[in-house]
Amino acid sequence: MNLRKILKNTFLVLIASLVLTACATQKKGAGQLQSDVYTGKDTVEYLASGVPDRVFFATNDTTLTTASRETLRKQAAWLRKNSDITIVLEGHADERGTREYNIAIGERRANSAKDYLLTYGISSDRISVLSYGKERPVDSGSNPLAWSKNRRSVSVKAN
Amino acid sequence: MNNTNFFLISFLIILLMPIKSFGLIEVDITRGNLSPLPLAVSPLSIDEKSRINFKELLKKENIGLEISSIVENNLRTSGLFNPLNKDAFLQAPDIANLKPRFEDWNLIKAQALITGKVSFVDDKLRVEFRLWDVLAGKEMMALAFTTIPNNWRRVGHIITDKVYERLTGEKGYFDTRIIYVAEEGPKTKRIKKLAIMDQDGANNKFLTLGNELVLTPRFNPTSQMVTYLSYFRNLPRVYLLDIETGTQEVVGDFPGMTFAPRFSPNGKKIIMSFAKDGKSDIYTMDLENRIVERITNHPSIDTSPSYSPDGKYITFNSDRSGYQQIYIMKSDGGNVKRISFGNGIYGTPVWSPRGDLIAFTKLHKGKFYIGVMRTDGSGERLLTENFYQEAPSWSPNGRILIFYRETKTDSKGKGFTAKLWSIDLTGYNERMVKTPTDGSDPSWSSLLSN
Repeated sequence: MNLRKILKNTFLVLIASLVLTACATQKKGAGQLQSDVYTGKDTVEYLASGVPDRVFFATNDTTLTTASRETLRKQAAWLRKNSDITIVLEGHADERGTREYNIAIGERRANSAKDYLLTYGISSDRISVLSYGKERPVDSGSNPLAWSKNRRSVSVKAN
Repeated sequence: MNNTNFFLISFLIILLMPIKSFGLIEVDITRGNLSPLPLAVSPLSIDEKSRINFKELLKKENIGLEISSIVENNLRTSGLFNPLNKDAFLQAPDIANLKPRFEDWNLIKAQALITGKVSFVDDKLRVEFRLWDVLAGKEMMALAFTTIPNNWRRVGHIITDKVYERLTGEKGYFDTRIIYVAEEGPKTKRIKKLAIMDQDGANNKFLTLGNELVLTPRFNPTSQMVTYLSYFRNLPRVYLLDIETGTQEVVGDFPGMTFAPRFSPNGKKIIMSFAKDGKSDIYTMDLENRIVERITNHPSIDTSPSYSPDGKYITFNSDRSGYQQIYIMKSDGGNVKRISFGNGIYGTPVWSPRGDLIAFTKLHKGKFYIGVMRTDGSGERLLTENFYQEAPSWSPNGRILIFYRETKTDSKGKGFTAKLWSIDLTGYNERMVKTPTDGSDPSWSSLLSN
C-alpha cells in the first residue's frame, strides 16, 4: 500500500517535471515563431542600417505577413534612395518538401516580395528573381524553428 | 566521358543451343519473396593460358571467378535468389560446365546451377555460360558472348539479365547504370556533382566538378543523353548532357528559370517546368526542331511532369487544389484529372515503364512515404516510411524503385546524410545503394544491351 503511494507520487512528480520542461522548450521557440512564421533576428542581415534583407513565410505558404510588408517597405525606401542599385530576390524553402516543388515555391515566395516592391514604385528591371528551393538552408537543424528560418526570401545586392 | 567506347562495343551473342523446356523452375516476382530460390553460381572455368593473359590485361587473378562474383552479387541483391556458398560445391567448375552431376548439386539444396567458361580468343574475351535446372536434371539455357576484355563487368551483368529473364519471365535490369547527384560538405553549403555508376555501384565517375549546383539528372530512355538542372552562373536552367562526348547545352530559350526536366519515352522531347512571376507551368521542347510548346496554363504551381510509356499521357504535380496533388492529362494538356485523394500531400509522380502504375512521394503527419497507385489513382500502396525520402525512379523492368533518403539532424544541426535506397514493388527487399559520397536524385537507365 505504502509502496504504491510512493510510486504514485514519484510518477506525478515525474509528469510535472516533464510538463515543465515541455513548456520551457516551447517557450524558447514561441518567442521567435508566430503562427509558423519566423519572427526572430538570428539570421537577418542588413542591406543598410535599419533595412533587414529578408522576409519569412509559413509552411506551404507564399503570402506576406504584416512584418514582412514592413521590411519590404524599408527595402523599397532604401532602393528609391539608391537608384543605381539592383537586387536579386532569392526565394527558399524548408527541407520538408519535394525538391522540385520547393524550387517552384521558392520562386513564388521571391515573387511575392517582388510584387510588393513593385507596388512601392521600384522598377521591375532593377529586380531579378531566383529560387534555390531547399538547397541553401541557413539553419541545418531538423526542427520547426530551423525550418521557419529557411522559408524565406532574401534581397541581395546585385551590383 | 573518356570511356567513349563503352557504348559502341557490340556484344556478339550466340545462342549455343535451341531452348526447349517446359515445367522447369519459375520464380514469381509479383509477390514479396520471403524464400529466395537457392542456386549455385559455379565459378566460370578458365584455362591457364587465358587466365594469365587476362591477369596481365585486367589485373585480376582469375577473371572467371570475378565474373561469377558479379552474377552472384546481382542475384543476391535482387532478393529473389539465394546464391549458395562456393565452399560447399563438390564439382570442379570445368567439369560442371560439361556435365553437372545433379545429385551433388541437389545435395547442397541448389535448385538451379550456373556454369560457364572464359577464354582469351584473338585478344577478345569469350564467355559461355549455361543455366541448369538441378531437380529436372536439364539445361535451361546456353549462351556465348565475345567482347573486348574491358567489358568483363558488363558480361557479368548480361549473364544475370539472361538468367533473371529465363527464371522470372521478365526482363532484367542488371546491365544498367544509375545517374545521380553526389553530395559533400555541410548541409548549408552542399557541393553537388553529377555522378554515374553501374547499377551495382561499380565504375563510379563524376561528370561535373562541383563548381555549380546541379540537380535532378534524368536519362534519355533511348540514348546516353542526360537532362538535368544546373545553376551555372546562378541561372537555373535545364541542360542537356551527352555523357559520351561531355557536350552540354541549355534546353530552350526561356526568359527565366526552367527545372524538373524529363525525356519523353521516345527520347525526342524534353518536358519541364518554366517558372515566371510566381507561376510554374509545364512546357515541352522538341530536340530535333527546337519547337517549344506550352502544355499547362494555370496560376498554380505545375511541376514534376512524367510521360506514360506510350507518350499519350502526362502525370504531374500541381497545387491547384490548394496543396500538392497528383494529376494526369493528355499529352497536349487536355483532360486534366486529379488522381490522388488520400490523406496528406503528394509529389514527384513517375509513370512506370510498364504503364500500369505511378510511383510518388507522399507527406503525411510529418512522415515521408514512397508509394505506388494505379493510373486512375486507385489501389494506393505505401512501400516505405521515413523521416525524409523522395524522388523515386523506376528500374527499366518496372519492378524496383530507387530513391534518396535524408536523415534528421540533431539539436546542433549535425548528422545530416543523404543516401540512395532501393525497394521492390512488393515493399520487400529495401536496400541502401552504396555510393562513395552522399547521394540523391537517382535516375535509372534503360538496359544498355537489348
